[in-house]
Amino acid sequence: MNILELKNVQKYFSTQKAVDDISFTIEQGSIFGLLGPNGAGKTTLLRMITGIFYPDNGEIFLKNRHFDPVNDVRYIGYMPEERGLYKKMKIGEQALYLAQLKGLSRSDAMKKIKAWFIKFEMESWWNKKVEDLSKGMSQKLQFVTTVLHEPELIILDEPFSGLDPVNANLIKDEIFNLAKNGSTVIFSTHRMEQVEEICDHIVLVNKGKKILDGSVADVKNQFKQNVYRLGASTNAHNLMTYIFEVIKHQPNELLLKLLHDSTTNDVLKFFISQDIQIHSFNEVLPTLNEIFIQLVEGTPYARQFEKMN
Amino acid sequence: MNKIWLVLKREYITRVRNKTFLLSTFLLPIVMLLFIFGSAFFAMSSKEKLKKIAVINDPGTFRANLKGDSASLIFDFKDNIDSTNFSTKGYDAVLNLNNDSASRKFTIHSKKQLGIDAQGLIESTLDRAYEINQLQKKGIRKETLDSISKQSKGAFKVENRLTTAQGKSQEVNAQLNYGVGFGSGILIYITMFIFGAMVMRGVMEEKTNRIAEVIVSSVKPFQLMMGKILGIAAVGLTQFFLWIVLILVLSTAIGAFIPHELVQQAGEVNKNIPMGGSSAMAMKLMDVKQTASNVNWSMIITCFIFYFLGGYLFYASLFAAIGSVINEDPQEAQSLMLPITMPIIFAFIIMTSNLNTPDSTIMVWASMIPFTSPIVMMARIPSGVPWQQLVVSMALLIAGFLFTTWLAAKIYRTGILMYGKKASWKEMFKWAFRKS
Repeated sequence: MNILELKNVQKYFSTQKAVDDISFTIEQGSIFGLLGPNGAGKTTLLRMITGIFYPDNGEIFLKNRHFDPVNDVRYIGYMPEERGLYKKMKIGEQALYLAQLKGLSRSDAMKKIKAWFIKFEMESWWNKKVEDLSKGMSQKLQFVTTVLHEPELIILDEPFSGLDPVNANLIKDEIFNLAKNGSTVIFSTHRMEQVEEICDHIVLVNKGKKILDGSVADVKNQFKQNVYRLGASTNAHNLMTYIFEVIKHQPNELLLKLLHDSTTNDVLKFFISQDIQIHSFNEVLPTLNEIFIQLVEGTPYARQFEKMN
Repeated sequence: MNKIWLVLKREYITRVRNKTFLLSTFLLPIVMLLFIFGSAFFAMSSKEKLKKIAVINDPGTFRANLKGDSASLIFDFKDNIDSTNFSTKGYDAVLNLNNDSASRKFTIHSKKQLGIDAQGLIESTLDRAYEINQLQKKGIRKETLDSISKQSKGAFKVENRLTTAQGKSQEVNAQLNYGVGFGSGILIYITMFIFGAMVMRGVMEEKTNRIAEVIVSSVKPFQLMMGKILGIAAVGLTQFFLWIVLILVLSTAIGAFIPHELVQQAGEVNKNIPMGGSSAMAMKLMDVKQTASNVNWSMIITCFIFYFLGGYLFYASLFAAIGSVINEDPQEAQSLMLPITMPIIFAFIIMTSNLNTPDSTIMVWASMIPFTSPIVMMARIPSGVPWQQLVVSMALLIAGFLFTTWLAAKIYRTGILMYGKKASWKEMFKWAFRKS
């Protein structure tokens, strides 16, 4: 089932086509990565999904129904990149207030906050003020307030920025947990290694347009360049062949690119016929980082302001 | 609606619990009363200075009738004193009545400047003495003169009665109307500034704390804005209520412990300080308690609450819109606030300069236009306003409030998510009138 579907969504500002005709679907229970360079239109897109902005054109469906920004907010938990909390408010009261704004009753909210605070070892914080918290601590609190009302769609914009590895892992485990329990997570970042680790499905946007859409494995396959890593002790002079080209030669390892229509078996046969011992042989897939750079590079890095009519 | 209530509750509770709220609520009336009684005390102590004046060279015209008042002036007729030795003999000044020329100018020598008040008093005392002297010359005996002036002093009073539409005549108290109108106008003026600024800072709170985006992903910006405006209004009303209670308690307590003379003096001082605000009002109200019974208090109080809330809501949403487009830097607020504060100040000027003519054309018009009506109409109400005008004014104020709120909500919605850049008037205008 698709929890979210965007159809030809557009949002133009006075000097920018912030989001220019983007469509995609997100399956329930998946962890979805929304990628793109700075200023690609990610935040604008997320703000439309959370009902802060209305799209100029196009439609958004939540749970196969037209998205209703007023009543559907309780299904959504949004942790924006630009985040903060009321500094002078006590932590417990703050969590309670934010949960009630999402539509939870006071007693419900209380119960859930207590459970989360115990889980994240934050019980002693209840009467502290936000200004007493460190950045990492307030980030944890923010995560709790985002997921407290058990939203079906959780949107996290750069959730790990400023977290130490221990706390980052804590949040990461929680994200997996939430997805396992049926929540869908939209994850916006430009840290590609996190995306590779966490996401099932990615969409890459640049300059307001979608330029890539698919599962992580599909995307990698789509951009693979038939490069293989072979572990063997070889000399450079006995590697002259039309089957492959050596990209990188190290004493115990070779990086090969297949030529023409040759197959991996051709490569193996070649080495076996030369009686060279093979320790390992595997395909090298491009990292998302490489794909990202390849796609975004060449386009002007910073978006230019343009005149709109 | 429920969410507006939640926002309202948070705004109210965090503000009322704040230490500055408690301080300003409890300290302000005390400071105000201290100020009033303090200035009364100083006024009294400065009056106590008695001036002893030696009079020389009297041609005979003045000796019998020149009498100082025991509080501030004493005249002594002496012969062996001149302008060089008066201070060694214990006098503050010496008045030489030897008048050679026809100019009727006398000389008074003193070590220190006498001051306008004292000089004026001396002149009028001389005039009076001369008048009596001349009357006596024409054959009127002093006793006759004394008894006439005793009878005629304060013998008549003028009472202004209004003829109402029904043809009934009704007593009016111009002074009371003046006081009540002026007092409530000023009260609305001051609170509009205080609470307007409070709303503006309150709106900036989400921005400076960078929580705006989280909040508007759960509530509509309009709900957030209304919750804030209403919450701060509730704080304002609470503070008003506490002030009134405190002032009544304190002034009763002071009345019991402080000499009557000082209290009277404080009342005098009060009349000269219009900015005395609510406490001045309270004191004044006590003074005129006897004549106050025929003033339509329920009408005044109802209108006050209506115009207070209406004026507040009308301007608060404008202040909220300004608050949403500026950043952390309060300097930026100044230039944007000016177009909003101007009409308030303008209304205040209209009110103060036309208070004596509550039915003049400018007052009538200013009490209709929502920008000025809360302040100006309140000044007119005690002296009676035709109900048609009142209805039109109220309706216009409600319409104006709905309009400014609608306008502000549109600016607010965009402004609250903008960081790093102050919006220009042109941009705000665009936000307000574009289709959503």
